[in-house]
Amino acid sequence: MIANDNIKISVKSLYKDFGKTNVLNGISLDVYEGEVVCIIGPSGGGKSTFLRCLNCLEDPTSGNIYFDGVDIADVTVDINIHRQKIGMVFQQFNLFPHKTVLENIMLAPVDRKLLDKETARVRALELLKRVGIEEKANDYPHSLSGGQQQRVAIARALAMNPDIMLFDEPTSALDPEMVGEVLAVMKELAQQGMTMVIVTHEMGFARDVADRVLLIADGVIAEEGTPKEIFDNPQNKRTQDFLAAVL
Amino acid sequence: MLEIITKFGPTLLEAMGKTLTMAFYSLIFASIIGLFFGVLAVVRNKVCNVIAQIFVDIIRGVPMIVLAYFVFFGIPYACKNIIGFNLTLSALEAGIICLSLNCGAYMAEIIRGGIQSVPKGQMEAARSLGLPYLTSMRKIILPQAIRTMIPSIINQFIITLKDTSILSIIGFPELVNSAKGVVALTFKSFQVWAIVGIMYLIVITILSKLAKVLERRLSYDRK
Ligand SMILES: Nc1ncnc2c1ncn2[C@@H]1O[C@H](COP(=O)(O)OP(=O)(O)OP(=O)(O)O)[C@@H](O)[C@H]1O
Ligand SMILES: [Mg+2]
Repeated sequence: MIANDNIKISVKSLYKDFGKTNVLNGISLDVYEGEVVCIIGPSGGGKSTFLRCLNCLEDPTSGNIYFDGVDIADVTVDINIHRQKIGMVFQQFNLFPHKTVLENIMLAPVDRKLLDKETARVRALELLKRVGIEEKANDYPHSLSGGQQQRVAIARALAMNPDIMLFDEPTSALDPEMVGEVLAVMKELAQQGMTMVIVTHEMGFARDVADRVLLIADGVIAEEGTPKEIFDNPQNKRTQDFLAAVL
Repeated sequence: MLEIITKFGPTLLEAMGKTLTMAFYSLIFASIIGLFFGVLAVVRNKVCNVIAQIFVDIIRGVPMIVLAYFVFFGIPYACKNIIGFNLTLSALEAGIICLSLNCGAYMAEIIRGGIQSVPKGQMEAARSLGLPYLTSMRKIILPQAIRTMIPSIINQFIITLKDTSILSIIGFPELVNSAKGVVALTFKSFQVWAIVGIMYLIVITILSKLAKVLERRLSYDRK
């Protein structure tokens, strides 16, 4: 449930064009502290683009994104400071292949001088324990399974002690038998009160864990509501079509 | 043959030393130049990209021998007659400048290609953690790029080592120039050039072997 009324990130009429293609056509959204927002929708609808705008991996064409009281869509803002507080987990894991699991997790906090090396190591080991793979600490990513790699990626993002976590289809690149272990880590994170925005095709997970579900299609939020409203009683035609296709 | 070796061996070895010295400094400067222009070619800034491209195009479009004459004779001449400043470049300095620029341009292309071969997600993951662009480049992208670049870089180094011989034309006493002197004294063209060829061959073979070892050392798939 939504823990309180504090808005963590606030998006105001966000537009994003790639050249002549309008990918996002005016999206506004407030995400509250401790809230879990799941984003579903048809392929090409703009879900990833929207998520990537939230930490300015894509520069919005127009609109505002307020985080920590600052409009991070403003290009004069030092985005690096704010990105430290916005964790991101990618479909393809994107672990650093030339670093061990431990080094992957320690790198950013040490480089950004948030922690000294020793503290970072202790913290990294704690996080690995939390995602259930402390025994892999000194291995290189390529020797891990997909599910294990994605759990390391989650630990790496958590090492920065973020205020919010973004997930872009974190289980889509996984073999079916590994989906569960990653979703379990995410669910635990949600229960511990992490604010999360998750793009997912796992409808069961969204129904189970989300406080709010958004359907993004054609660059707009076509419908939003509680999982019950969206999955059991969708109002919008596009939601109905989408759910009919995937369920 | 044996006579030439015993008599002129030390001379030729010393000349080889000069060749290697020139190559060594050139490679260091070329690496810096290459890294600078290689990164300039990939940053998200059109002006930087164009500057890098122009540099590479100019150097690639001019034969080294012309570049050598230009640096050794042309630039000091221009300094004296236009700015009124007496610039004296030794043959070694001019040679190092030429080789550095030449090798640097090719290195820039190799480094650009290497950086672009690293999946886009690596930079995104680094940036998403709050690492600045250049830090991400240095800690995440370049260490990965370097692994794919090593064979090409070593190849380029070997070419540059061989290109030192072109600098014989501006009078630097590197191996080819010294060998010419030995031929003039002994009239034994065949033997002298065979020895010189073998000397190059030995050094370059050692370098190639070293490259192989390095390549294996740096691979993270080894375990
Ligand atoms: N860098 C880019 N340049 C040009 N077009 C892009 C770029 N990134 C995305 N697009 C386009 O934007 C549209 C939305 O893409 P996006 O990846 O956000 O969709 P999505 O909802 O995440 O889809 P999926 O479920 O397949 O991941 C697509 O038509 C895509 O082709
Ligand atoms: Mg997507």
